[in-house]
Amino acid sequence: MRDGGIRAKRRAFAIAAAALLVLVLGTLAWAATAPIRPASRDEVFEIPPGTWARRMAGDPVEILPDTIRLTLGINDVLLLKNLDDVPQVFGPALIMPGQSFRLPFEVASTYSFACSAHAKGAMSVIVDPEPAKGWPTLRWRARQWLQQLSA
Amino acid sequence: MTDRAASIASLASRWLAPLLLAAAAASSAAPAAALKAGVFEPPRQAPDFVLRGSDGSELTLARFRGKVVLLSFGFTQCAAVCPTTLATLAQARRALGPSADAVQVVFVTVDPERDSSGQMKAYLTAFDPTFIGATGRPEALAAVRKSYGVVAEKVPMGGSYAVDHTSSIFLIDRQGRLRAMMPYGRDARDFVHDVNLLLAK
Repeated sequence: MRDGGIRAKRRAFAIAAAALLVLVLGTLAWAATAPIRPASRDEVFEIPPGTWARRMAGDPVEILPDTIRLTLGINDVLLLKNLDDVPQVFGPALIMPGQSFRLPFEVASTYSFACSAHAKGAMSVIVDPEPAKGWPTLRWRARQWLQQLSA
Repeated sequence: MTDRAASIASLASRWLAPLLLAAAAASSAAPAAALKAGVFEPPRQAPDFVLRGSDGSELTLARFRGKVVLLSFGFTQCAAVCPTTLATLAQARRALGPSADAVQVVFVTVDPERDSSGQMKAYLTAFDPTFIGATGRPEALAAVRKSYGVVAEKVPMGGSYAVDHTSSIFLIDRQGRLRAMMPYGRDARDFVHDVNLLLAK
């Protein structure tokens, strides 16, 4: 009688373990093969209102990094917005107040732009290729999850 | 038609009609074809200027109203960037066929000390005889650069100098609005695509 109970428990445990394994493998298979479909491919940077006044007051406001990293098919559109009330050189473009500059990328490469807003006088946009199915997609998703967890 | 066939037809029309309507709505709501270049939204009027043209005339942007203007900045002794850009633009004009007549390339010098009108004409004609160069007083050229957010800086090179400058190309539509900016290095096909879109509007 006791042996039967132990056997039933073992069987239930084995079934649960098998179900968990199938679930994990299924999730990994999905994460490695399902296409990445972001809600938006825009990588947005904004000059907030009052930025010019802050700069004039001696605050070295840095909005755009020296290097921006994009990935084709995921975030391959650089969207720069000037929400301030004066024209500003923002990355590669002179942008009027209330204006935006939307630059799409279709080829993976490193792009250099003259940019007087940066101390070096230049900035780079590195565009990575779209992650291939399998390990690269799985690695990309894992990195995203880790970033979300640490945020 | 049998009763069964009639009911199937009725079911199909009941379910298919909304689907077809939804598909039609989705297609009409699809975004308009996008430019390959970086787009300014909303567009502003392209800053105009009065410079000396390589054709000997006074050069303004207003002169080309009704055409798409591809505006670039550079200098005739540029080693790599300017020849590449101008060759790409010449290739794009050839690919445009008859539409090329509605496109004007304007090349504004960042090196007025060495780029005379004659020098620019000889240089640009080698790429495409319709290309027009623009030069003028250094202050006037600096003001034009500032109005487009273009930078140019002399860099000593041996006993001479080169000029580091913005290499993007500005796309100005037929109404004289600054619509977009194409980064350096893009293919002639991208220019053909964008010029055709701008001409179609």
